[in-house]
Amino acid sequence: MTVDIQHASAPPRVAIYNRPKVRAFLYQLALLALALWLGYEFVLNAKANLAAQRITSGFGFLDQTAGFSVNQSLIPYSESDTYGRVFLVGLLNTLLVAGLGIVLATILGFVVGIARLSPNWLVARLAGTYVELIRNLPLLFQILFWYLAVLRALPGPRQSISLFGEVFLNNRGIIVPAPTAGEGAGLVAAAGAVGIIATLALRSWAQRQQARTGEQFPVFWIGCAVIVGLPLAVLAATGFPVGFQKPELRGFNFVGGVRLIPEFVALLIALTTYTAAFIAEVVRAGVLAVPRGQTEAASALGLRRGMTLRLIVVPQALRVIVPPLTNQYLNLTKNSSLAVAVGYPDLFAVFAGTALNQTGQAIEIIAITMAVYLVISLLTSALMNWYNARLRIVER
Amino acid sequence: MTADSQATFIRRALLEPEPPPLAGGDALTRGRARLFGGVFNTVLTVASAVIIAALVWPALKFLLINAVWTGASRVDCLPETVGREVGACWPFIKAKFVQFMYGFYPASEHWRVDVTYALGAALLAPLLIPAVPWKGINAILFFGVFPVVAFFLLVGGVLGLPHVETRVWGGLLVTLVISFTGIIFSLPLGILLALGRRSHLPVIRALCVVFIEFWRGVPLITVLFFATYMLPFFLPDSWRIDALARVLIGVVLFAGAYMAEVVRGGLQAIPRGQFEGAMALGLGYWRTMGFVILPQALRLVIPGIVNSFIALFKDTTLVLIVAIFDLLGQLRAAFADPTWATPVTLFTGFAFAGMIYFLVSFGMSRYALFMERRLNSQQRR
Repeated sequence: MTVDIQHASAPPRVAIYNRPKVRAFLYQLALLALALWLGYEFVLNAKANLAAQRITSGFGFLDQTAGFSVNQSLIPYSESDTYGRVFLVGLLNTLLVAGLGIVLATILGFVVGIARLSPNWLVARLAGTYVELIRNLPLLFQILFWYLAVLRALPGPRQSISLFGEVFLNNRGIIVPAPTAGEGAGLVAAAGAVGIIATLALRSWAQRQQARTGEQFPVFWIGCAVIVGLPLAVLAATGFPVGFQKPELRGFNFVGGVRLIPEFVALLIALTTYTAAFIAEVVRAGVLAVPRGQTEAASALGLRRGMTLRLIVVPQALRVIVPPLTNQYLNLTKNSSLAVAVGYPDLFAVFAGTALNQTGQAIEIIAITMAVYLVISLLTSALMNWYNARLRIVER
Repeated sequence: MTADSQATFIRRALLEPEPPPLAGGDALTRGRARLFGGVFNTVLTVASAVIIAALVWPALKFLLINAVWTGASRVDCLPETVGREVGACWPFIKAKFVQFMYGFYPASEHWRVDVTYALGAALLAPLLIPAVPWKGINAILFFGVFPVVAFFLLVGGVLGLPHVETRVWGGLLVTLVISFTGIIFSLPLGILLALGRRSHLPVIRALCVVFIEFWRGVPLITVLFFATYMLPFFLPDSWRIDALARVLIGVVLFAGAYMAEVVRGGLQAIPRGQFEGAMALGLGYWRTMGFVILPQALRLVIPGIVNSFIALFKDTTLVLIVAIFDLLGQLRAAFADPTWATPVTLFTGFAFAGMIYFLVSFGMSRYALFMERRLNSQQRR
């Protein structure tokens, strides 16, 4: 147990390969070389394999005629259009189902999340059961369930289930009345815009008024009345140019109205209910993260329950909720690619599915598809980081 | 801020006091107040009760009361034959049970699957119960030895066991094989990636960040397509990788990236003093990580790891899209069988598979909760 003091005083001589800096450099060099070598091998193999299978690489196929039909398209599309057009059709369908899903899942998720925290025992248990049941079943299972067992099992068009004679459910989809816009419809929309602007102006006036006199002004109710009432008044004045075209059964199918294909409805229901269960948990965690003292202090100040929620709890909870909420939005967008299982023509199904089968351009098509999802993910994260920075508590 | 600068109003008179909030009373009063206090609350209670009644009673009727328990074909499950409303058609499940469990694994070799299951369960159970000693040896047996034994048992080709191609594997067997492989490979991969992402060496960190963000940014189904259709192009022509193995590679890479983020959360929670303490003791990087940091970090994120496992288990269903017939895939195939085509077949099948998926996922999540509480109570001291 003796220590050689003479040696300890001089800095120890370390072999050059044992110096931390040299080692770090060597390790990184080795890893980089390995990664580059792997990439080189991949490219070499891909070239050889493509040549052996006589597949021409490149993105020229995007200009070729696709020659297959798509059962839902937001833009005009025919079989004689190109693969590039198919890509666009698929991308728009993905964005449609993801966008609608995000809106609906947020609403349902917030309702369920708040319900789970309700002092009403029955409501809380019901919401809890919903969350546990939905979260513990695979999403694909739920999509297939809604599609095969519910929507495809509906009766044929002639025996359609009618809801108030306006909406019809059958195994070819859900037919809803189509909105029609006649002359003067623009005026109605303008009236709505004016109503919203007027309400915003009223709100800022009311805030100043309250700061000055302490009197509260019922902005919410008056705002609702203005936003709804103004367009209604214009609607009546111009003789109801906006209406709905009712679907009608003619022969074996419906004429008029908008048909939502069952693939779309099944996917939307499954994505919405599934993501809503996760959003509910996010919301619950966010609300629980606000210290009890905040609520108690608000009560002590005499704020009612509604105001406590709106002014004290929600703004603080949002800070915790937003990052995981964005994650759920991303998950929903990525999960929409499961559309391929039921044949909803989203980006993945028509492009990485049908187009890949027809052209055999596996590398290009899968790379493009992955890149699209990657760009959506990265954009969303960037947006979220910006929003997070804005919401952060400013500390001195 | 503008409101503050203009706030010239100061209240001089007090507002009328509000009635005191409801408090106290016995359990019955409080319960009544909670369920029926106020119009809105009463409406909510009644609505919930109606929803529960509208869901639970038909489900019970379908699954048990009206169910058909014996039969040989679709005829036995038709209302015309039974003479009443028909619920679940359980003979359908009975007829397809072997398919759901083993796929088309040869019937004479089913015992191999059963032995694998039994072995796995025997090793897993003591690992999960905190009171059982020998955790280290147990873990080595379960994570190191068991996969090798299971591989040779299931694939065969050695010790006189006939070779069984993975093409004929299916049902729950495939679901469990993918989940288990994903779990045992994604954890080490995730740990390495997380360490790499926290490394001070810029090249290593950059490579890990790119790897993690790439796999986390794309949907699993594109990963499976990548593994199935694109990977063969990148490998030498002489390498013929089995379809199931390709899917496993995709699943492991994908799950590893997610696991890395979970582990990183744990690493970030370890105070700097722990690193410095280990350094002061003269431990190198790997010893610091292996003996000091990781044991603490992994402990912290056990619930997160289990949640990743649950997600992985649920995600295994996606393999049916690349034509590998897991439990859900077999279920879908069974629906196409005309001998069992009845109006209730679909609901019966979904009810059966749903119960299996739910029990496994729910069980895992409860276990995560139990571990979380246990770890928390240990830390509170």
